[in-house]
Amino acid sequence: MHMPETNKYASGAGSAPLRAVAGGPDLAAEVAAAEPGRRPELLARIATDVRATIVRTVGRARFGHVGGDLSVADVLTTLFFGVLRYRPEEPAWPDRDRFILSKGHCAAALYSVLSLARFFPAAALDGFVQPLSPLNGHPNRRKVPGVEANTGALGHGLPFGVGCAVAARLAASERRVFVVLGDGELQEGSNWEAAMAAGHRGLGNLVAVVDRNGLQQGARTEATNRLEPLSDKWRAFGWETVDVDGHDHRALLEAFTRTHEGRPRCVVAHTVKGKGVSFIEDRVEWHHKVPSEAQVKQALEELGR
Amino acid sequence: MSTESKSAAPATFDCRVAFAEELASVAREDPRVVVVCNDSIGSSNLGSFSREFADRMVNVGIAEQDMVGVAAGLANGGYVPFVCAAAPFLSGRALEQIKNDLAYSGYHAVLCGMSPGVAYGELGPTHHSIEDVAWLRAIDNVTVMVPADPAETRGAVRWAVGASGPVYLRIGRFKVPEITPPGTRFEAGTAAQIRAGRDLTIVASGVLVHRALAAAEVLAQGGLQARVLSLHTVKPIDAEALVRAAEETGRVVTVEESTTAGGMGSAVAEVLCQRRPVPMRILGVPHFAPTGSAGFLLDHFGLDAAGIVRAARELVS
Repeated sequence: MHMPETNKYASGAGSAPLRAVAGGPDLAAEVAAAEPGRRPELLARIATDVRATIVRTVGRARFGHVGGDLSVADVLTTLFFGVLRYRPEEPAWPDRDRFILSKGHCAAALYSVLSLARFFPAAALDGFVQPLSPLNGHPNRRKVPGVEANTGALGHGLPFGVGCAVAARLAASERRVFVVLGDGELQEGSNWEAAMAAGHRGLGNLVAVVDRNGLQQGARTEATNRLEPLSDKWRAFGWETVDVDGHDHRALLEAFTRTHEGRPRCVVAHTVKGKGVSFIEDRVEWHHKVPSEAQVKQALEELGR
Repeated sequence: MSTESKSAAPATFDCRVAFAEELASVAREDPRVVVVCNDSIGSSNLGSFSREFADRMVNVGIAEQDMVGVAAGLANGGYVPFVCAAAPFLSGRALEQIKNDLAYSGYHAVLCGMSPGVAYGELGPTHHSIEDVAWLRAIDNVTVMVPADPAETRGAVRWAVGASGPVYLRIGRFKVPEITPPGTRFEAGTAAQIRAGRDLTIVASGVLVHRALAAAEVLAQGGLQARVLSLHTVKPIDAEALVRAAEETGRVVTVEESTTAGGMGSAVAEVLCQRRPVPMRILGVPHFAPTGSAGFLLDHFGLDAAGIVRAARELVS
C-alpha cells in the first residue's frame, strides 16, 4: 500500500493557501529606517490602521472577537513592524523569529497585521470566515503564511513556543520566539507546565506576552479564577517580568528588544479590551459581539479612518 | 495457562529494547532526530540514548501537554521528535495537543506509546492504555502503528523518521518471540501475512500476533487452516489485504490488546462491512480490567490461544 508522504487533508478542504504580496509599502522597513525616537509614532499610526482593518473585517464578516482583537492590536503591531525578523515572500525562512498567537480567537487582528506585513493581499480579508476561505475563525498555518501553529484551543501556544525556543538553541540560531497569550487563557494548566520548563531551561530566546485586559469571555478574570499576583507567578517560575502599558509602543518596543540572556521574559501588557473604540472598551459583552453597520461607521470615525 | 507454552516460539523479546536500539541507530544517521519525554527515560529504555545524545534528549518532566506542544515546536524548527512516554498518559493527557499542535497543524512527530494495552498489569486501569488506538485513529492525519515483534518495531521506527504528520507507534512491553521471518522487508501500510490459510483469517496486532499464531497451530490440528495477518499499520489500513482475506477465507477474527469499541477490530469492520461483509468476531479488552498481571489479564479477556481458538471455532461452526 502506498503511504502518503503528505496528507492532502491536513490543510482542510477548501481553497488554496494564501501567498505573499509582491510590492506594496514595507512598513517594517519604514519603521526600521526611522530615527529610533520616531518609531513609536510610526507604530501608533500603523496600529490605528490595524484597528480600522479589524473593525471592517469583523463587521463585514458578521463574526469575530473584536474586544480582544483591539486590546492586542498594539502588541501585534509593535512585534510585526518593530521587532520580528521575517520574510513574507519566504515564510518558511529557517531563521525567522517565531511568532505564535496563542489566543487564536483573535485571528482577525493577526490577519489584519499579516496582510499589512504583506504575507497576503489585503483583499483576502474580505473572505474572513466565508465558506471555504483560508481565513478561518482561528488561524491555520496550512492556509495562511506567517502562522506557525493552529491555535484556538487555549493553552497550546506556550508549550509550542518552548519547543521553538529549544529548537533555536539546538540549531545555534539567534532567532527569537514570541508567544502572545490571553490573560484568561492563563487559567489553562498547560501554560504553567510550559512556564516551568522554560524557566528550568533558562530559555533567554523566549518572550511571552500576556494581553492583560482583565476580561475573559464571561466576566472579569479576577471574578472568575484569580490571576493576580500575575507577575509574581511568572517570576516564581524562573522568568524575568516586565509590566508595561500595552498600548504604549515605546514601552512595548523596549520590553520586546531588551536582552534577557539566560532567562525567559514575560511581558505583562496591561491593556483595555476593545481599546480605541469607546463603546467597546472594557465591556465584557464585546468578547465576541459583532458591531452593526452603524457601529462600524462610528468606530471608524473614532479611529479617524 | 501460560501463554508462552502455547506460542510457536519462546516469548523472550521486550520490544522496547529493539525500539531503543533502532532509535539510537537512526539518530546516529540523522541529526534531526531528537527525543522528548516526560521523566520516562527509564521506562522508555532510553538511558543509553540520553548518554549518547545528551543535547538531543528533551525531558520536560511530568507534563504531557507541554511534552507534545514542545515536540510540535521542535518539528517547526526542522527536527524529528520522538515523543516517548507511557501510552496512557501520552495518548490521554495530551490528546488535544496531538490533534491540534501536530495533526491539524501538520507537524511531523513520532509518538511512541510505551507499554500500551494492559502491559502495566497490576498498576490497574489508570495505567492501562486500551483506548489509545481508538482515540488516535479518530484523528485525521495520524498514522497508527502497532508492531508485533522486534523486527516490526525496528521497521516502524525507521519508516516513521521519514513519514509526515504524527505517527503513533505502540511499543509493547509484554515479551514476544520474533515472528517476522528473517530477511522480511517492513512495508508500512500493509497487513503482513505471517501464516497462510483459507478457512478463516485472524487479524492480530502487537503483542497478540504470536498468540494468534499459536491459536492457528491449534486450529490446524483440528483441520482448520487460519490465515494470520499482522496489522502493524492500523491507519492507514490495508483495505485490499482485508477484503482479499474476507473473499478467500470467508470469516475474520480480530485480536488486539485494546478496546473493542473503536479499536483495530472496528477499523477492520469498517472496511469489511462496506466492501465484503463476512461473519466476524472482535476480540480485545471490553472494559476496565480487574487486578492482575498483564499475562493474567490477557488470558482473562480470552486473548490467549485458547480464547482465539474458541472464537474461531464458534465462527466456523
